[in-house]
Amino acid sequence: MNSRLKQILSVSNSASVLSSLMAIVVGLAAGFLVLLVSNPSQALGAFGTILSGGLSDRKNMGQVLYTATPILMTGLSVGFASRTGLFNIGASGQFIAGAYCAVLVGVKCTFLPGPLLCLAALIAAFIAGAIWGSVPGILKAYRNVNEVISCIMMNYIGTYLVNFLIVRTVFDSLKNQSTRVADNANMPKLGLDLLFREGNNVSSANSGILLAIIMAVAIYIILEKTQFGFELKACGFNKDAARYAGVSEKRSVILSMVIAGAMAGLGGALLYLAGSGKGIDVLDVLPVEGFNGIPVALLALNNPIGVIFAALFIAYLNVGGFSMQLFNFPPQVIEIIISIIIYFSAFALVLKGVIMSIHGRGAVK
Amino acid sequence: MDDYIIEMRGITKKFPGIIANDEINLQLKRGEIHALLGENGAGKSTLMSVLFGLYQPEAGEILKNGKTVRISGPNDATRLGIGMVHQHFKLVHNFTVLENIILGVETVKNGLLSMAGARNQVMDISRKYGLDINPDAYIQDITVGMQQKTEILKMLYRENEILIFDEPTAVLTPQEIDDLMKIMRGLAAEGKSILFITHKLNEIKAVADRCTVLRKGKYIGMVDVAPTTKEELSEMMVGRKVSLNVDKPEREPGKTVLDVKGLIVKNKATGKNSVDDVTFQVREGEIVCVAGIDGNGQSDLIYALTGLIRLDAGSALIGGTDITNASVRKRGLAGMAHIPEDRHKHGLVLDYPLAYNLVLQRYFEPKFQHGGFLRYNEIYSYSKTLIDRFDIRSGQGVNTIARSMSGGNQQKVIIAREIDRAPKLLIAVQPTRGLDVGAIEYIHSQLIAERGKGTGILLVSLELDEVLSVSDRILVIYEGQLVAELNPNEVSYQEIGLYMSGSKRRAAG
Ligand SMILES: Nc1ncnc2c1ncn2[C@@H]1O[C@H](COP(=O)(O)OP(=O)(O)OP(=O)(O)O)[C@@H](O)[C@H]1O
Ligand SMILES: [Mg+2]
Repeated sequence: MNSRLKQILSVSNSASVLSSLMAIVVGLAAGFLVLLVSNPSQALGAFGTILSGGLSDRKNMGQVLYTATPILMTGLSVGFASRTGLFNIGASGQFIAGAYCAVLVGVKCTFLPGPLLCLAALIAAFIAGAIWGSVPGILKAYRNVNEVISCIMMNYIGTYLVNFLIVRTVFDSLKNQSTRVADNANMPKLGLDLLFREGNNVSSANSGILLAIIMAVAIYIILEKTQFGFELKACGFNKDAARYAGVSEKRSVILSMVIAGAMAGLGGALLYLAGSGKGIDVLDVLPVEGFNGIPVALLALNNPIGVIFAALFIAYLNVGGFSMQLFNFPPQVIEIIISIIIYFSAFALVLKGVIMSIHGRGAVK
Repeated sequence: MDDYIIEMRGITKKFPGIIANDEINLQLKRGEIHALLGENGAGKSTLMSVLFGLYQPEAGEILKNGKTVRISGPNDATRLGIGMVHQHFKLVHNFTVLENIILGVETVKNGLLSMAGARNQVMDISRKYGLDINPDAYIQDITVGMQQKTEILKMLYRENEILIFDEPTAVLTPQEIDDLMKIMRGLAAEGKSILFITHKLNEIKAVADRCTVLRKGKYIGMVDVAPTTKEELSEMMVGRKVSLNVDKPEREPGKTVLDVKGLIVKNKATGKNSVDDVTFQVREGEIVCVAGIDGNGQSDLIYALTGLIRLDAGSALIGGTDITNASVRKRGLAGMAHIPEDRHKHGLVLDYPLAYNLVLQRYFEPKFQHGGFLRYNEIYSYSKTLIDRFDIRSGQGVNTIARSMSGGNQQKVIIAREIDRAPKLLIAVQPTRGLDVGAIEYIHSQLIAERGKGTGILLVSLELDEVLSVSDRILVIYEGQLVAELNPNEVSYQEIGLYMSGSKRRAAG
């Protein structure tokens, strides 16, 4: 009986993997069409570069890991919230809140020796993201405020507040961004940069990707194996039934936003503690990593393990797109193409879901 | 040659793990009321969904007036004059009755909706068939019975001549059922052909001309209703003799398990007390029934007792523990189990598999979790025993998603879960709604067995038959107050009716 059970599980799992792959094919086809229209002569070569760029050399492979890390975390954040019935569109705000607190600790708390500084920065980001996520959660639980609206507000509050605070606390006025963090605040490289290099040119790969994967597995375990996850998912599917079963829906909503926020916040830390020398730019735009979490989660069908692969795929496209500059495509066009592929992939899946649910709902009581 | 308006031949429809319809035949004569009878999960709804174009069968054909037709969706069905009232209505809640009726077939003049013409037409139809409605009332404000009339008018407005009713009476009060029976007879007299699913043999005897019986997805036979007895019908359907009477041994009630004093619940919308100073006790080994016409406060009374809404005054004790303001979980731990009125809203997480739904009230017990981690092996093996014991039928056993199960089997899941919690107090609201006679017999025997073990049972039922046959004591609720306490052995059908309608009252204890 147990083996039959596994078999059923694997059938439904492979069906979802298959649907994700099909969506990707649709996305790629759409991207190729746009390339053809914008520059027919170069289209084939450019498309080839997008597809192969991420694997073309070892440095690029390292860059894929580096680029995947933050969107893995925000994808995890969005996907986890969706599983519990919440749409966390506030990953951008949580991300930037986490990023700022990590940088602040990384710059100011240099009295902490060795890797302790890095650890402190990570914890600060985790807490900051959690707090940023908790606000929409509390508003929803106690005042029934739609989390989408409060999340969007928290995004803007977060972005402007962080800009304001950077200028007061950790500002590098020459670069118009935050000051570099101390070396020991960065995530350990664990030799990954040397493993993934081209000649003397090392990549930005670091242990952040490993931490992100560990987090994905942890979220998977929470959702699928624990009593807590059982309650969160029950609330997501049917909050009246959860209440009837004695689950506190207020607590569930808040905790679920707290965890989602913490994941996004940690993503912010992992981007700016990657040791690539990147600082937080003082710009009036929301961080794009937050929004990219949405297609990552969609493509992964909100499955935390799927998020790992979806994030790697999207990072791979981005790195491949970067190589497209060799074909004289302006960066904006590249961005458009990449976005088209990503969003078409995600969209194809959404459409499929909608069609299936309409088809199923009419019939099922 | 008989004049069949619809003929279904050899219809086969499979779902993962189950053949819901296995070569089923059905012949519907013009102008007849044709009942479809079968146990829970026999495949009745599936067969009707095939006729309405919601499912495509793997084999078989459908003929209308002797000609083969293809029905690949509800639009095809509408074109062929086939209409369906689903067990759960499909109405837009913030639209008016009239808007719902014309939705999808609006008449448009110069690009603008022309309501006047439609209104006259709808009112004509409603007069003709005695379907009195208020066309301007909003769906959210009207009773279930009215919503159903709206659904029927929707079919008639589309000039459907074949009308499918999937368990229309399960959600109605006895008075509304009488109304519906009259309407159905009127429709048939006007030449409409009706397919009617119900589990209540009385209703079949009252209105149906012929009856097709299904069992476990197979066609068993078709009979003329008039010469067939209820016992024969139920035997055909279940495959064995069913006793329609409840066998209840005498039993002295024990200590008080539920003690309710001065309970008041205010209705926020109207400001009136929906439950008005209610006091009563339920003792060990006793079945106390709250009888009343739907809408007289029994729902709020139960919600307040089970912790789903707050009470405004009064107190409630379970086995001596004060639960007046306790959380739902605490009430459960104090020994309360609850079979809720609305199985889709409260009773089940429809997107969870069967096994999860069976442990929905117990997953946190040490048996099913260790250090916060769920013990799936335990959960699955426990679920399997419940599935066997309560004969819960589904396509994929413990892994079946609850949403895909038949209505009656969904109800059995809830009953199995709540009874097996070994409660001190079992609150059961319409526990047999939508169940077949075999299952009702089983549930009643389970309730009696629980009573034998000393469980106190508070039963809310709209079915007078059920009230009279299983309860030890009857409390009649009228406009939020308990107006009488009656002994089921000493009171007649008619007398209870008088109390329920408020024409008579006697102090309750
Ligand atoms: N959409 C679906 N997916 C999978 N299985 C289904 C689906 N719909 C129905 N079934 C299965 O087919 C069988 C027949 O279901 P159906 O709803 O037709 O029963 P029914 O005769 O209407 O029962 P009830 O009296 O309980 O309403 C059931 O075992 C059910 O689990
Ligand atoms: Mg049914």
